[in-house]
Amino acid sequence: MQVATTKVQDMTSGGIRIKALGTRAWAAAVGALWAGSAWVNPAWANPQPGQLNMTKGVTEWSHEPYFLNNVALGVCTVIGVLVFGAMFVAMFRFRKSRGAVAEKWSHNTMLEVVWTTIPVIILIVLAWMSTGGLVSFADTTGSQMTVKVTGYQWKWRYDYVNYQGKAIDGVGFVSKLDEQSNDTRQLGSELDPDAVKVGDENTYLLNVDKPLVVPVDTKIRFVITAGDVIHSWWVPALGWKIDAIPGMVNAAWTNIKVPGTYRGQCAELCGQDHGFMPIVVKALPKAEFAQWLAQQEAAGKAPPATPATPASPTPAPASTAAAPASASTTAAAAATTPGKQG
Amino acid sequence: MGQQQGAYFVPVKSYWPIVAAVVMFLTVFGAAHWLNAEPGETGFGKTVITVGFIGILLMFFGWFRSVINESLAGKYDAQVDRSFRMGMMWFIFSEVMFFGAFFGALFYTRMFSVPWLGGEGHGVLTHQFLWGDYAAAWGAGGGNGPGNIGGNFQTVAPWGLPLLNTLILLTSSVTVTIAHHALKAGHRGKVLVFLGLTVLLGAVFVYAQAHEYMEAYHELNLTLHSGVYGSTFFMLTGFHGLHVTLGTIMLAIIWLRVLAGHFSRDHHFGFEAVAWYWHFVDVVWLGLFMFVYIL
Amino acid sequence: MAHAATHDHHDAHHGAPSNFFTRWFMSTNHKDIGTLYLIFSLTAFFIGGSFAMVIRAELFKPGMQLVQPYFFNEMTTMHALVMIFGAIMPAFVGLGNWMIPLMIGAPDMALPRMNNLSFWILPFAFVLLLSTLFLPGGAPAGGWTMYPPLSLQSGSLAYAVFAIHLMGISSIMGAINIIATILNMRAPGMDLLKMPVFVWSWLITAFLLIAVMPVLAGAVTMLLTDKYFGTSFFNAAGGGDPVLYQHIFWFFGHPEVYIMILPAFGIISEIVPTFSRKPIFGYKAMVFAIAAIAFLSFIVWAHHMFAVGLPLGAEIFFMYATMLISVPTGIKVFNWVSTMWGGSLTFETPMLFAIAFIILFTIGGFSGLMLALVPADFQYHDTYFVVAHFHYVLVTGAAFAIMAATYYWLPKWTGQMYSEFWGKVHFWCSVIFVNVLFFPQHFLGLAGMPRRIPDYNVAFADFNMISSIGGFLFGASQLIFAGVVIHCAFFSKKKAADRVWEGARGLEWTVPSPAPHHTFELPPVIHDDELAHGHVED
Ligand code: HEA
Ligand code: HEA
Ligand code: CUA
Ligand SMILES: [Cu+2]
Repeated sequence: MQVATTKVQDMTSGGIRIKALGTRAWAAAVGALWAGSAWVNPAWANPQPGQLNMTKGVTEWSHEPYFLNNVALGVCTVIGVLVFGAMFVAMFRFRKSRGAVAEKWSHNTMLEVVWTTIPVIILIVLAWMSTGGLVSFADTTGSQMTVKVTGYQWKWRYDYVNYQGKAIDGVGFVSKLDEQSNDTRQLGSELDPDAVKVGDENTYLLNVDKPLVVPVDTKIRFVITAGDVIHSWWVPALGWKIDAIPGMVNAAWTNIKVPGTYRGQCAELCGQDHGFMPIVVKALPKAEFAQWLAQQEAAGKAPPATPATPASPTPAPASTAAAPASASTTAAAAATTPGKQG
Repeated sequence: MGQQQGAYFVPVKSYWPIVAAVVMFLTVFGAAHWLNAEPGETGFGKTVITVGFIGILLMFFGWFRSVINESLAGKYDAQVDRSFRMGMMWFIFSEVMFFGAFFGALFYTRMFSVPWLGGEGHGVLTHQFLWGDYAAAWGAGGGNGPGNIGGNFQTVAPWGLPLLNTLILLTSSVTVTIAHHALKAGHRGKVLVFLGLTVLLGAVFVYAQAHEYMEAYHELNLTLHSGVYGSTFFMLTGFHGLHVTLGTIMLAIIWLRVLAGHFSRDHHFGFEAVAWYWHFVDVVWLGLFMFVYIL
Repeated sequence: MAHAATHDHHDAHHGAPSNFFTRWFMSTNHKDIGTLYLIFSLTAFFIGGSFAMVIRAELFKPGMQLVQPYFFNEMTTMHALVMIFGAIMPAFVGLGNWMIPLMIGAPDMALPRMNNLSFWILPFAFVLLLSTLFLPGGAPAGGWTMYPPLSLQSGSLAYAVFAIHLMGISSIMGAINIIATILNMRAPGMDLLKMPVFVWSWLITAFLLIAVMPVLAGAVTMLLTDKYFGTSFFNAAGGGDPVLYQHIFWFFGHPEVYIMILPAFGIISEIVPTFSRKPIFGYKAMVFAIAAIAFLSFIVWAHHMFAVGLPLGAEIFFMYATMLISVPTGIKVFNWVSTMWGGSLTFETPMLFAIAFIILFTIGGFSGLMLALVPADFQYHDTYFVVAHFHYVLVTGAAFAIMAATYYWLPKWTGQMYSEFWGKVHFWCSVIFVNVLFFPQHFLGLAGMPRRIPDYNVAFADFNMISSIGGFLFGASQLIFAGVVIHCAFFSKKKAADRVWEGARGLEWTVPSPAPHHTFELPPVIHDDELAHGHVED
């Protein structure tokens, strides 16, 4: 169904398109539902106009939620059709205006046993399927790479910890909303969100100044934490999100199969600019990644890079009234952004 | 459960509820304002709390006076009595759940968050990446977390004052029960003695606890700021202490009411409600003694 | 004896007191207090709804047009708090106040003065909460869940916390009153297993309220001390854990969502048999299912926290427990359908809302079940898919049930019939627009739009615009509702019969319409065939 892909791309421009929804979006929607048999086209991994279903994602694991979603949706649709169908039949057959006379019964043990048992069986099947996916997700062992992710109001910091068994030193940077989106999103900016693009793709609020760069076909372990409040690291194409909690570390893993650029957003309310801290993951073929990493390491050696998150933990909630998460924090945050690296 | 027999007593219009709503509002509004005042700023918060709080006392006084008058006038039959009993029982249940939240916090921090920070089980990475130097421990030397918040502290030894307080509360539960039996047997003098004793024990408990707090603050450096150990310690014992204080005041009022001859052998719900409350406070203490002090 | 007492104050006897202030501010009458609750709830619904309109207006198209992001977060937070604690819960308490004594043959609530206090705390609590919108610190903006450390940054935390304390006290007292009334005030012959399902649902809900409101109070108290008194409950550096708050909050929060649906189940279980002219199918199963849901609600809380990084075992346990709730809920749905089957159906407005409830609540339940599957929830969590889920259960669930109940009992309250025509107009507008409003949000969530954001990528533009249009129209439709209610209460010329609906059974229909100020001063003599469930054998 990848034919639809290019068609959909060009509909991201233009004003508000109720019209577009009528035609092209539905085509896109159908495409989305049937999205690819193998790994989908990377473009499909990011939100599409008119998209109706979850992305299948581009990793070894990301088909789990997609599959479960579809199965559960199917099950619910079938039950829904049966139950609502029965109800509509009742509504037509047993109307008083058609002369229906109420019967007296109010009880039927057989039926009640049946509609208790059948859902139980369905649930057991669903539970069994989800458990498998969950267990595989929980297993972060055997990773070939570790990246530390730290959420701040309102940006992400990435520190490369190790790759293929070797510790990496001094590769780490802050990633925040790109300039153009940031200008456009200001209240009363008069700038057009539709004009924020990278190539054909609209990247309004989904682009950053420095993406996280990772290799494909590599089991990457993320260790995720936060420096101030709770954030949540989410790239739909990877199939999961996990909270970044100040003072605590969570782990998750991914193994991306298709090179490409995958976009996501912070998914836990973290203050005024929660809507403006996107995540971009750029997955490169292994060789290109190795090259990139070498460059970074070389650059990192020169100026002393900002150390990986200092041991300063959760800022002890101030005993004086803290200012509402406000502009002053943004300014301070911007100041700590380390210099350009590659 | 019983069902309705005759006409149920429905009280006439009363202004106490709306007064209660107003004074409660004033109290919390004042408190919020006070808490939010900039340091050094002199707000009206404190004044408003004070007014509200005095209002609450007056309101209780007035409301209960009308209830007592109705009761003395014999307007309450067995069914009304049952309503009151249920009200009190479920109120106590809600209090249990309130303490449950804090006990939950205690168990969670002891069993999960502190060990995790120290690298146990689920916390391996947390320890490795953030708190490498932290050796988890509950109580002194760790109970205030990897940030050593509030500085080093000592814990209160369970077998001193806390043990004494346990004995005091247990004894007071016995004395209040004796008083109850005496009331049912119609021995007013005995009621006064044993109820009085209960009040006294309650007061001693509060005094001892205050003493313990002083010691904790001044000698052990155990404060509300001592990380999560201090937090759970003072919140649990503090809310409990508040309930003992309240209970003691209620017992004292009941004592006065016994003196005033308000209760008869088979009509003394006020007494019983307070006795239940006292037992509840006692049971909570046993939980505290166990989980906060001993273990 | 009690008669003598009331005769001293003759105004309190048969008619309502004529003095406005005495009647409404000092009331000990369950009907007047019920009315107060209902008026309060409708007001809150409109206030919370206007906040939602701000949200939908800002989300109408990409780009920031109307409000600053911080204000947007204030709107989201206040919208939810006002709707939950101001609109839905008080509406159910109001309905309980009005109907429970009438349904069980009691003269009033068991503790009438406390009843008045429960109500009057609420307006004050909301003044406190809403006042923060005008304070320098701004309103709470950390979401209705108030997760720390974010919520600790709020300058008005103390106001919100105390407002919640007050609402909690109000709810607890209200619940105690309802339990005491149901257990202690039933007329002779009104056995527990002959009570209307609505009364049962409230009995169980009241238990949930008493069990969890104090826990919420504890949770927000810890927020308060963490912010103002230097405790470390939610601070990892001090040995605490931000996630601890979430556990405590959701221990309250999940039962809370059932607090908002169980009385709705009760209402639907009254209305469907009435307009089917057939007794409810599986009465005992219905009661048992409510109890089972209530029980399960205590052991599923962490399904709101699948993405916080729980240990594997915990995720599995909470997933299974959550899924289990579908079984008793399914039983209820099937029983409603079976009640209609073989009946003699008519479709007055209450029935229309009840039918819409059954379908749309079930759709919300389905998405709930999908959310329960942990790997899938890794994708759904904190997206508009969740927003769609809970608005289906809350708006087309709880709110629709409340509207159904209003149409159902309004003639009994006012003695006059509402306009069936405008009721139906209200229904059809609501049911169409609510789907335009919330159904596309499923797609948005699946496509990857997070919740609680004031602006979004253009990929989400179409469905957001549709949703906003649906929102404005749904909001506007509620003006019809207000109109119908006001017309019925003050202007309608059509008198209501005592037994307003042909198929209606139960004690409330044996008293005149409007229900006199005092009813059942002496317990009624009950004949089983007057009761909806008097002859139920199963
Ligand atoms: C009235 C309120 C209400 C109700 C009744 C429910 C009912 C359910 N909810 Fe929902 N829920 C909320 C209100 C409610 N919820 C709110 C407000 C939130 C968000 C809070 C926030 O974060 O702000 C939320 C969030 C929420 C989440 C967290 C999502 C996330 O943040 O990631 C989950 C996850 O499991 C969930 C699950 C369920 C389930 C399984 C049910 C079940 O009870 C549903 C059971 C019903 C059915 C399944 C349909 C009928 C059954 C049949 C016809 C039988 C046959 C069916 C099958 C076998 C499939 N809900
Ligand atoms: C309890 C019930 C409840 C109810 C009834 C509603 C009703 C509505 N809700 Fe809400 N909602 C929640 C509970 C509820 N909600 C919760 C718990 C959250 C989560 C908050 C959080 O994330 O913390 C939420 C969040 C939420 C969001 C997500 C916000 C975000 O993530 O940033 C949105 C967005 O569309 C929304 C919309 C609406 C709309 C349009 C209605 C409509 O149904 C409202 C309709 C009513 C009216 C509009 C009022 C009546 C009419 C007028 C005042 C007349 C004037 C209007 C016009 C002429 C148009 N709600
Ligand atoms: Cu960071 Cu939301
Ligand atoms: Cu839940």
